[in-house]
Amino acid sequence: MDVRTETKDIKKKNAGEGVLLEYLKSTPVDVKIINLNKSFGNNHVLRSLNLEIKPAETVVILGKSGSGKSVLLRHIIGLEKPDSGRILIGGIDVNDEELRKKHTLAIVFQSSALFNSLSVEENVALYLREHRVFKDENKIRKVVSSALSLVGLEGKENIMPSELSGGMQKRVAIARALVMNPDLILFDEPTAELDPMMTRTIGDVILNLREHVEITQIVVTHTIDLAFYIADRIAVLSEGQIVELGTPEEISRSKNPVVRNFIAPQFEREEGGSEI
Amino acid sequence: MNGVTAFFQTTGEILGLLVESIYWCKGALSNREKIFRQIAEVGSYTLPVAALISIFIGGVLALQSGPTLALFGLQENIGGIVGISMVRELGPVMASILVAGRVGSAMTAEIGSMSVYQEIDALKTMDIDPVRFLVMPRFLASFIALPILVIYMDVIGWFGGAVVSAANPEIGVSFDVYYRNLSEFVEVSDVLNGLVKAAVFGIIISIVCCYVGLKTKGGPREIGTSVTRAVVLSFILILIFDYFITRVLLLLDLQKRLM
Ligand SMILES: Nc1ncnc2c1ncn2[C@@H]1O[C@H](COP(=O)(O)OP(=O)(O)O)[C@@H](O)[C@H]1O
Ligand SMILES: [Mg+2]
Repeated sequence: MDVRTETKDIKKKNAGEGVLLEYLKSTPVDVKIINLNKSFGNNHVLRSLNLEIKPAETVVILGKSGSGKSVLLRHIIGLEKPDSGRILIGGIDVNDEELRKKHTLAIVFQSSALFNSLSVEENVALYLREHRVFKDENKIRKVVSSALSLVGLEGKENIMPSELSGGMQKRVAIARALVMNPDLILFDEPTAELDPMMTRTIGDVILNLREHVEITQIVVTHTIDLAFYIADRIAVLSEGQIVELGTPEEISRSKNPVVRNFIAPQFEREEGGSEI
Repeated sequence: MNGVTAFFQTTGEILGLLVESIYWCKGALSNREKIFRQIAEVGSYTLPVAALISIFIGGVLALQSGPTLALFGLQENIGGIVGISMVRELGPVMASILVAGRVGSAMTAEIGSMSVYQEIDALKTMDIDPVRFLVMPRFLASFIALPILVIYMDVIGWFGGAVVSAANPEIGVSFDVYYRNLSEFVEVSDVLNGLVKAAVFGIIISIVCCYVGLKTKGGPREIGTSVTRAVVLSFILILIFDYFITRVLLLLDLQKRLM
C-alpha cells in the first residue's frame, strides 16, 4: 500500500514537471564578466574580476561570507552598477536596454524576497500577469501549479508567504523565477539555513534544470556538498577575484591554498574527523 | 554645503518621482482595480475618525467666533463664518493631516519594508516598474480620495457648528438661520478652492510617503524612522503649500471679481 501511494506521488510529480519543463524554452546565453570593479566607500569588494560562463552551463561560485558573492550577482542581474568593467550576457551589456528585449534573466534572492501582501499563487503568477504572457487565466494557473509542484509545493497556492517556513519560501521564490522562463537564472545561497533534506531537494531542482532545460545557471553558495552535487564548473571567489575555476574534479585536486582551505574541512568530515 | 546639495538632490528626486507617477497614469485604466482598492483603504482608515474630528472642528469654530459676534449682534452670520473656514481652510488641512498620519504612514511602512526585504529589487528584476506598480495607484488614489474626504468632512463640520450655535446660549442661532446664512455665504468657488488644495495635498502626501519608503535601507528600525520622517515631512509641506496655494487662489478670486 505504501509503495502504491509512493508511485502515485512520483507520477503526479513528474506530470507537473512535464508541463513546466515543456514550457521552459530557454535560449541559452553565455556570460562574460570583464575586469569588474566595485567599491563601497573604502571597501574594494570586486577587484578586476573576470569570469566566463558558457551557454547552458551550471556554475557554482564558492566564497566565504562577505567575499562579495551577492554583490557579484547583483551586478549580473543589473541591480548594481560597476565602478568599471563590463558584464556581457549573450554579447549584450547588462545595462543595455536591448538585453531585456532579447533575454530574460531571473534571480532567487537569499532572502527569497516574496511579496508579502500577495499569496503564493499571486507571487508566482505576478510576472505572467503583469507582462500578459498568457491571456488565458487557466494557462497561467496551470503553469503556476506545475512550477509549484516542481519545487514540491503542490496545492499551496492560496497560502500567504508569512505562513511558510524559510525553506518553503525559498522554493516559492524558485518557482517564481522559473515561470519567467529565464535564459539565465541566478541563485543566491539557495540552501542557506535549510536542513540537509531540503538542501537535497533544491539541489535536485537545479540538477533537473541542468539536465532537461537549456538554461544557464549561476549558483552562489558556501555549502560545498551542494556545489559538488550540481556544478558543471566551480569558481572560487576570494579577495574580490576568481582565484580558481574548474570542474568539481579539478577543484578537488586544486593545489591553491585558498581552495584547499575552503574544501579541506569537508574531507576531514568525510573521514570522520574533526567536527566542530 | 553638503546639506544644501542633499536638499536639492532630494527635492529633485521627489519631483522626478512625481513626474514618473504622472507618466504612469496612462496605465491607470488597466490598474483601476488596484486604484479602487487603495481608495477604499483610504476610506476605511479615515472615515470614522474624520467624522469625529470634523464635528469638533465645526463646533470649536462656532464656539470661538459665536460669542464675539453676539457681542455686536452679528451672531446670525455664524453659519457663513463656520462654513467658509471649514471649506476653504480647515477641511482640506485637517483631512490631509489625517490622511498623512494614517494612510501616508502605512504607505511608507509598506513600501519601506518592501525596500528593506528586497521586494523592490525583485520587482525590478521581473521588469516590473516599482513606480507603475506601487506608486501610481497610491498617487491616484490619494489625489481622488482626499477631495472626497474633504467634502465629507465639510458637511459634518458644518453640522458640528450648527449644533454648537443652536445649543450654546451665548450664540443661540437656530439650525434654520445657521444653514440659510451658510448657503448665502459659501459659494461653489469656495468649495472648489478647498478641493484644489485637497488634491494638491493628496499628491504631496502620496509622493513624499512613497519616496521615503522607496529610499529606506537597513532593517525594521529604519522602517520606523522612515515612517516618522515621511509623516513629519508631509505635515511641513502641507502647511507650507497651504499658505502658497491660498495666496494663489486668493489672487485668482480677486481677478475673477474684478472682471
Ligand atoms: N549596498 C552596500 N553598501 C555598502 N557595502 C556593501 C553593500 N552591499 C555589500 N556591501 C559590502 O560588500 C561586501 C560583500 O558583501 P556580499 O556580496 O553581500 O557578501 P557575500 O559574499 O556574503 O554575499 C561586504 O563587506 C558588504 O558589507
Ligand atoms: Mg550574500
